[in-house]
This record gives sequence, structure tokens and C-alpha cells, in this order.
Amino acid sequence: MRITKQSFSLQPMFRSRLSKPALFMLCLMPLGNLVWGVIQDQLGANPIEVFTRSSGEWALRFLLVTLAITPLRHLTGLPVLLRFRRMLGLFAFFYALVHLVSYLWLDQFFDWGEILLDIYKRPFITVGMTAFLLLIPLAATSTNRMVKRLGPNWRRLHRLIYVLVPLAVLHFFWLVKADLRTPLIYGLILSVLLGFRLYRRFFRSTDVGRSRPVV
Amino acid sequence: MILIKKPVDTRPSEITPLPVYKKRREFIKTGLGLLATAGISPAVLATASAGYGGRKLDYSRMTEYSSKEELTDYKDITEYNNFYEFGTDKYSPAKRAKTLQTSPWSVKFSGHCEKPGSLQLEDILKPHALQERIYRLRCVEGWSMVIPWIGFPLADLLKRFQPTSQAKYVEFVTLKDAKQMPGQKSGVLDWPYVEGLRIDEAMNPLSLMAVGLYGEVLPNQNGAPLRLVVPWKYGFKSIKSIVEIRFVDKQPVSSWMRTAPSEYGFYSNVNPLVDHPRWSQKRERRIGEFFKIKTRMYNGYADEVAHLYSGMDLRKNF
Repeated sequence: MRITKQSFSLQPMFRSRLSKPALFMLCLMPLGNLVWGVIQDQLGANPIEVFTRSSGEWALRFLLVTLAITPLRHLTGLPVLLRFRRMLGLFAFFYALVHLVSYLWLDQFFDWGEILLDIYKRPFITVGMTAFLLLIPLAATSTNRMVKRLGPNWRRLHRLIYVLVPLAVLHFFWLVKADLRTPLIYGLILSVLLGFRLYRRFFRSTDVGRSRPVV
Repeated sequence: MILIKKPVDTRPSEITPLPVYKKRREFIKTGLGLLATAGISPAVLATASAGYGGRKLDYSRMTEYSSKEELTDYKDITEYNNFYEFGTDKYSPAKRAKTLQTSPWSVKFSGHCEKPGSLQLEDILKPHALQERIYRLRCVEGWSMVIPWIGFPLADLLKRFQPTSQAKYVEFVTLKDAKQMPGQKSGVLDWPYVEGLRIDEAMNPLSLMAVGLYGEVLPNQNGAPLRLVVPWKYGFKSIKSIVEIRFVDKQPVSSWMRTAPSEYGFYSNVNPLVDHPRWSQKRERRIGEFFKIKTRMYNGYADEVAHLYSGMDLRKNF
């Protein structure tokens, strides 16, 4: 299952002190693209729709990439990948926040009555909002100090990701009018990522180290 | 400001076939006066070889039914379209609709009428004088536009086929041809696209058969060469690229009703008080504007159409 030979050549790159700042800049690119699109009026006839949709989709992509770290680590034999998981998770939160603010502001103009009605009446908003609320404690406990303070509870708490990502996919699925192909692709990726974990849990007796946070 | 997009380079579909070209020269020679006496409206010429929109039309302004609101940009009207026959993304119809062949085009008229039959587009247009009508268009998704359509009253067209008393509804059908409409290769909707109106809705003076917008022949992505415009209903009722019109006695089942019966009803009148199950219909985003505006009952056409629905429960008949 491991591609050890190739992995060793990648190791120094991932260990480099520049790797984190480089990834950070890379993660900001989707937002940069969107903001540039707004400034240059390149987002088409309905730029606000594009902005809201796109930031939401990026949040979902970052959630899936974060979930992919553990399987990738096992498949490639590169434990060093864990160094990046926190940043990726926090970017998922960041894009989810941009998505949410875009809805609250540009869609509803902070009309809280309407917003509460939306959360109550529309299942896709109910699950989307739930997914975001579940993401808050994960982001809040991402610091080294919180990891230490929570001890074994940290890992228990962060299992919430297995609930909130399916909710995020469902949010997308219920929002679409007729063409379900895109949300289904995300659902498929999610099933593979979760399936990998189930496989390891039930079919592999030797546990090669759980995904502990790298402090 | 109104920007009319000029085609940058000549598309193959725009090159006029020689016989048509010669015929046109003749018409120009004989002059417009003679044209009028011959009973051939200039619109026939304009649409005869319409490939991808952009040809000028002759029309008169119909202020009686026209909105005085600021027009949506031509660019936005022609690049932001829901036309699933060319993909479900709103920007793909503008990119992909080139494959639609709008000439020759014929429409079949059938069902409960005295004079059924198939008509070439030219023959459909012949007796009608084109008018410009500036209508609001409200999409069920919560956005809207103000569009200067060029067309003629649907009622004038339907009367030519003499519908009988059994014609309680009118059913419209879009072209089905996956070669021309690549989006039909996917099963997102049951093809062909079908829509319907009650006969009195169809005969309402607001109901328009459109062949153009902004003074020019409809671009393919906007439903060329012949489309319906019913401005007091959500946009999906205004069916595009029509190839068949049937006079029927039972309420037609539209494509969206078939796909999601709990979300889309037959009437689909714009109504801020009845939400779509998945989103509110109280407000709308006018394309080109930042703040949302309040959605009006029947999209602001209550004076013209409210009487059609008096006594009806609009929550049930959504």
C-alpha cells in the first residue's frame, strides 16, 4: 500500500520551513481570485451569486482535503503531511465563514427575522448552519494550548468532523434544483475518505498510529 | 447605458446563403412600400436566415404594456440564461447554443382546433406586425431582469388555428434533438421540455410570442427562433425554441412539475406570499443592482392578470 521510494524524495520538501507559508499563500488564492473577479467585474451577470456559491464550494473542498490527510499519510507513508492538517482545517473554517457572511450580508442584508425563518423553514439552510456551528468548536480548539488542555478529549471533540462534512455535502445536495451531478461527486469523494477509515478500523488489526495532532 | 454587442467576426452561420441574398436584393429593389402591399412583413426577411441572433428587426413600440424601468444590459440578458438544453450552468447556453439550427424551422399546431397543421417560421410570422414590449422577467431562483422583447401577441397566433371549445389548455413543446441541444444527453429533465397555459392565460394580451430582443433577432441562448414570454409567471414558464403547440382539454404536466411536483406547480405565478419550498420569494435581485428589491404580486402585472385567478387558492394552485 505504501509508495515508500517516491515518498522519501518528497519528505524534504514537506519538511522545509517554507512549506507552510507556501501552502498558506496557495490556500488564499481562491479568495484572491474571487476578489479580483469582483474588482474587475469578471464574475458575470450575477457576481454575488458566484461569490456566495464559490466560497461555499471552496469551504467544502477544504473540508475534504483536510479529511484526505489521514488516508494520504497512510497511503504514502508520509507522516509529515500531518503538519498541514490544522492549516487546511482552519482554511475550511475561513471559507465557510466567508460563505456565511456572504449569505447574511449580500443575500439577506442582515434581516435577522428572515434569516431565522430561513434556518427554520429551509432544510438546506438548517443543515448548512448546523455544519457551520459544529465547525466553530473545532476551529476554536485548534491552538497548541487547547490541544494540550483537552488531552484525549481533543480527539473526541474533533470527531465532529465526521458529522459536519456529510452535513455540508447534504447542504449542497438539497440546494441544487435538478442537476445533482456536482454534489454527488463531492458525496462520492466523502464516501471514499470515510470508507478508508472504516476499512482500516475493521480490517486492519495493527493500528499504525492514530491521527494525533502535531504539536 | 445600453450596449449592443456587435459580433466580432463572422460566424459561418451568419453567412447568408446565396439564394437568400439574391432574394433580399430583389426585395430592396422593389422597395418597402411594395413589400407592405405584398403582405410580407420585414420580420420574415430578418429571421429567415437567422443563425445566431443579432439581425435587426422592424417593429413598433408598444408602450401600453411596457415597463419604464431601466433595461438590463444586453450582455447580461444574453450570457446569463437558464436553458438546460445547453447545460445547467447559467453561462453555458451562451457558449454552447451555437449548435442550434434555427433555419429552417417549423412549428406543428395540433389538438382541439379547426385548422391544425405544420407551419414554417416565415409563414407563422407573415401576418403579424412586430412590437417591442419591455417586460420584467422574474426567475424562480430569485433574480430578475427588464427585457425589451420583440414579438407579437400569442392570442393573435392561436386564433389563426381556431381552437374549439374543448381547447381548455395550450401545451408548448421545445425542440428535442441532442445533436443540436447537447444538454439533452444528460437526464436532468425529461426531454423535450414541456410547458402549458390555461387557454384564457394564453389569450391574455400580455402573453407574447417573442422572436427578438433589443431590436434584434433572438440569440439562440435566449430561445431562438420562437419563444413564449409570460411576464407574470416565473421564467421557466416562458418556454424556448418552440416546435409544437397543442390545444388540449386536460391540464398539461410541465417538465418542472414532473421533476419536482412539490416544488413547481402548473400556474407558477410570481407571488411573494407563497415561498418556493427551498427559498423565499419575497425579494429578488435585479441583475446589475446590489440591493434586493421587493417582489410584486404577479410580478407587477396584477391589473392585467389578477382577474384570471379570482377565487382561486393561490397556495394550493402555486
